[in-house]
Order: sequence, then structure tokens, then C-alpha cells
Amino acid sequence: MEITGAEIVVRCLQEEGVEFVFGYPGGAVLNIYDEIYKQNQFKHVLARHEQGAVHAADGYARASGRVGVALVTSGPGATNAVTGIATAYMDSIPMVVITGQVPTAAIGLDAFQEVDTVGITRPCVKHNFLVNDAKDIAATIKKAFFIAASGRPGPVVVDIPKDITINKAEYDYPKQISLRSYNPVTKGHTGQIKRAVQMMLAAKRPMIYTGGGVILSNASEALTKLVKLLGFPCTSTLMGLGAYPATDSQSLGMLGMHGTFEANMAVQHSDVLIAIGARFDDRVIGNPEHFFQEDRKIIHIDIDPASIAKRVKVDVPIVGNVHDVLEEMIKLIQASHEKPDANALKTWWTQIELWRSRECLKYDRGGDVIKPQYVLEKLYEITKGDAFVTSDVGQHQMWASQFYKFDKPRRWINSGGLGTMGFGLPAAMGAQFANPDATVVCVSGEGSIQMNIQELATCKQFHLPLKIVLLNNGYLGMVRQWQEFFYGNRYSESYMDALPDFVKLAESYGHVGMRIDKPEDVEGALKQAFSPEMKERLVFMDFRTDPKENVYPMVPSGKGLSEMLLV
Amino acid sequence: MENEAGALSRVAGLFSARGYNIESLNVAPTEDETLSRMTIVTRGSDEVIEQIIKQLNKLVDVVKVVDLSEGRHIEREMMLVKVKAEGSWREEMKRMADIFRGRIIDVSDSTYTIELTGNVSKLDAFLEAIDPSAILETVRTGASGIGRDDRILRV
Repeated sequence: MEITGAEIVVRCLQEEGVEFVFGYPGGAVLNIYDEIYKQNQFKHVLARHEQGAVHAADGYARASGRVGVALVTSGPGATNAVTGIATAYMDSIPMVVITGQVPTAAIGLDAFQEVDTVGITRPCVKHNFLVNDAKDIAATIKKAFFIAASGRPGPVVVDIPKDITINKAEYDYPKQISLRSYNPVTKGHTGQIKRAVQMMLAAKRPMIYTGGGVILSNASEALTKLVKLLGFPCTSTLMGLGAYPATDSQSLGMLGMHGTFEANMAVQHSDVLIAIGARFDDRVIGNPEHFFQEDRKIIHIDIDPASIAKRVKVDVPIVGNVHDVLEEMIKLIQASHEKPDANALKTWWTQIELWRSRECLKYDRGGDVIKPQYVLEKLYEITKGDAFVTSDVGQHQMWASQFYKFDKPRRWINSGGLGTMGFGLPAAMGAQFANPDATVVCVSGEGSIQMNIQELATCKQFHLPLKIVLLNNGYLGMVRQWQEFFYGNRYSESYMDALPDFVKLAESYGHVGMRIDKPEDVEGALKQAFSPEMKERLVFMDFRTDPKENVYPMVPSGKGLSEMLLV
Repeated sequence: MENEAGALSRVAGLFSARGYNIESLNVAPTEDETLSRMTIVTRGSDEVIEQIIKQLNKLVDVVKVVDLSEGRHIEREMMLVKVKAEGSWREEMKRMADIFRGRIIDVSDSTYTIELTGNVSKLDAFLEAIDPSAILETVRTGASGIGRDDRILRV
């Protein structure tokens, strides 16, 4: 029996086992929305802005490991979605975004709400499609889910003209799909893995450097096993936090621009650096010339061949799924007669502990003004380190990554690659939908939160009991910090004047608002927010924090990893 | 690559987005109508060329990428040149076309249109050999390339 294109779209999403579609209706998608109205297999979450919808789908994907789905209309619906799509693209998040398009006959005629969505999104998607025929919808959506979730994951856009959603076609959802031009490698080359293991076992100053790829391939357990087996130190990028337990003694915390002294020094002075699902980006290795002043061997495991040898020369490249490669390494190490060089490791750890004793995250606790770091320390204590924490972008993001110790993967959700302000709140919604009983916290700043503040209405409608920790210092803090360090204290446009009363704002959306001005009130406020009475409520905590506080350590732009600014 | 709408713009977009240069690009369907074949002439260090190949391979519409310059290969480009053919030039242009094994494919009282095929440097050499003031118009296809002997690019 033939059914309409809109029915086909909905049936495909049901077939994929989609739980939530995050979206916003409009003219070009009215037929699809009409079919959504008639079904109850998946839930539609009405965001208050298309960017919010896409970030929510992204947050859902990051927290659950499943493909996030968003649905928006043509024209402005699609352009509003672009920031969300680019955010997911930079962090390799699996997502399918369905966009409405003007009817086929109107394409190219500057129709109302027409935009070349496939053209606009091309550079920030893993792949995109324009569907030209109702009979192609099912196979296209199948391909979209397959491409989004396999290999190095990423967002896929499916653009569907309105007439295609009315036209009828036979519905046949393919069980399997194969694309001759798309066959991502998953299994690493055995010979290369053996070479890597030999190099690791012979290392005197080894260092394991992990990234978001470990989380994406669900390789957290394998990583932990490998690090324990070897006794090596382990550091993580911003995207990889939680893949290896931060509270373990072999964890040196985060590396990079705001990484720890010990992690950056150990990477810089290692003789064998093992990069796992990470990509040596500019915020991680600092100045590449400085990075290469030290002689070290590099092993690089990544599913994307294009990530290997892009920024640094690699001695042993291994293209493959991180999880499978790590499992194979563990087997080889267990079977090997050789063991890591215990004496060399002991000397290396002595050096590392010396670096660690510098206590680079120390901050001035005195005074009668709230220190943002203190709020995060208390947040960590009170949530017992077990919350899902999303963040926006800026100083608060760096402090959260430094002071909340993530022991589990998928708990830390932030826009690492694109650095999208406004990501935190909608991403937290997605994380809460994925984990309805979990504690979900959004750490934000007064600049970032205002970029998608309208999503407080979505939280109200869907009873999402998020806890928003606003570190409100009255400034775009990271901009202000750079202006202080590098622009002679000329705070050009970084002061956030005319802030709303966030307590009243939260209340007007039907939530609980709190304002905390004094350090001695921090703990009590957090305890109250996370108390059983507030379990069903969204609590918006406006912490007035020290406007002069800076994020340390810091590797200034253009400097080397071992040239950090410390407190 | 897949003979699909948008495939060309993905490749062109990749080169501009990542700052790779394109000296020439030529594309047309193959004997298998679902496939197009593109020949791109680009320049860069070994590292850059390696990245270009990897990035092209990541495009879902790209089926296979081969660096022809890694092995023995043939490349050909076709050029049409309209030249002045008046007075002494009428004889001169005919002679130059013969020397370069070009063909005059269109004639008017005052012009010749010469078709010339060869590798890129041969076409450049022809343009350098004739009097620049005689050149009225040129159009080139960009290079097409194929491996020598049994070096075959198949899907």
C-alpha cells in the first residue's frame, strides 16, 4: 500500500527506535508534524528555538550514545539549526537533522522561506541529502542513520521538499544498507598494533593522551584496563574527560591550554606519547614548533585516517575503532613476556609527582567574595561526582572541567570543538531526556545562558528538573581574561551590563530561582537545590562570583605546553 | 565518484574550505552512468597531498581516489585557441598549428580556431610560441589523466 512521504518519514523514525525528536514546526514540515500528531511511539520535544532543538538532540546523543534526531522547517528553521549542526560536527556527535524544504517546483525561485540547506550545511555535516522523490525517503533516512553512527560519527542532514511529504510511495524500510563509497575502517592493522605495543613496553617516559574518541567508541573500560596494566600516566583532552576515572592516581587531569601543569609537562617530556581517539588540536599541543623541540615517538589511534598526521608527524599510525584496538593491545600485552620497564617508570613517576606537587589548581580561598572554583568543588562534593554536567563556553567551562572530577564517560557534556555559547542549557535538556532519573547540572555563565535562555520554557513544559549553576561574574570572563593578559586591561565590550534579575526570570518561567552572594551561603544553597524537595524542580542558582578571577594554568596562544602561566 | 547532484560542489567546497589549491579540475560521467570521473591537478607538499587524499576519501560521494603522479601515467588537455589570421599571420598560424600537431577547426576571413591536445606544458608552449598579440581567445578543458600499462582505476 502506498503511503504519503510524511507517513514514511515518521515510520522510518519509529523503525530506527527513535525515542525523542527535538524540533520546531513550520510551513514546510506541516505534513510531517501532522503525522507526528497521529502517533505516540516517539515523543516530540518542542524547543523554543531551532538551535535549542539541535543542541538538545546533541546532548541526548552525547549522554546516551544513540543518534540524536532533530526536525526543523525550511529557511530560517534550517539556518537557526546550523550552529547546532556545526557544534555536533566539530565534536563528532551522531545526529540526524531533518529539514523541511520548499516544494520541488519552487526550489531555486527564491520562494518564501527558501534557503539552499544542502549548500549551507555542506561544510559542517558528515553528509547531507536532498530527497527528490517520496520513494527515496526510506532508503535516504536509513543511510542517514547509518552514516551518522558509523565510523567517525557526525551529523547528517536530510532535506525534504514539502511536496515530497504529500506524494505517495510504497513503504519499504531497508534492513541493511551498503554504500560502495563509504566503508569506514574499524579493525586496526595487527602489525601496527604489535609495533605500538613493543614501543609502549620499551618506553622510559610513556604518556597516554586520550580524547573524545574513547567515549564515542565506548572504550572507557578497555582504556582503564590498559592504563592499569601498563602503570602509565594518563591525561585527557576536554572532550575525553570521564573516559578514565579522574580520581584515580594515574590520571593527571586535563592537558592543553588550561590543562594541569603535570599533564602538560609530562606530555612535553614524554619519550613515547600514545594518542587515543584524540587529534592534536591547537588548544591541546600549543605551539607545534615548541611541541617538537623534545624528541618523542608518537603512536596515534584514530578511526579517521584524516586525523592522523594532520598536525603532527606520527611514528605508528593505527586506523581503527579505539575500543577494538585497545582490546587487541591488552591481549598482546598480557601475552607478552616483556613487561614495562619498572625502574624507568619509577623515575618517571617521581618526576611527575614533583610536577603534581606544584598544585597548579590552587586558588586564593580567602575574602568575602565567592570564588567560582569553590562553587564547583562544592557542587562536586554535594552531587558525589555522579551528575551529568553540561556547560557553555568560557571560564566557567574550564573551571568545571578542572574542578568536577569525572569518573565515568558521557557525564561531561560540552562544546569542545566549536565552542558554542548557548549549548549548555539545551544540551542538559537532552541529557535529562536520556536519563530521566539522573541529576543533570548545567554550569553556565551570565553571557552564555542568555544565548538560549528561552529553553527554560521547554524545561517547564517537560518538567525537566535541571540544576543550573550560574557563575555570574558580570563579565564575558574568558574575553575579559584575554583582554587583561594580552590587551592592556582594555575591557572592550566584555562587561555584561543590564543583566536581568535571574531569580525573577527563573520564577517567571515557573522555576525556582536563588541568588547567592556570600561564600558562606554557597554550600547551603547547593544542598537545598539538590535536596529531595527540589527533586522535581528546575533550580536556577545565580552565584555572584569574583569578577577578577582568572583560569590557571594557561598556555598562552602561540606558546609551548611547558610555558604555562601559573598562579 | 557518484554521478549525483552536488558531488562536484562537495569536492570544490573541500578544496576551498581547507585552503588547497586547484590548478585544474575536470569531470564527466564514465561508461558506467552511475559514476563520474574527476581529474584534479593540485600542488602541495607530500603532507598536504596526503591530507587532500584522506579528506577526499572521507566524502561519502567519493568512491575512489588515486594519485596518478605516484606512478606512470598519461595526461592530456584540450585547448581551443582563436587567433588572428590576417596578412602574414594567416600563413604563420597555420604553420605553428602544424608544428604543434594542432588542427584548424574553424576559419573566417580574419581568424582561425585551432584545436590542440597534449599535456599541459605542450599547450603552454604553444601559447608562448605564437605572437601574444595574435591571440583573441583561449579555452582549456583542464587535464584528464589515466595510468599507463595495466594500471587501471576501477571501482
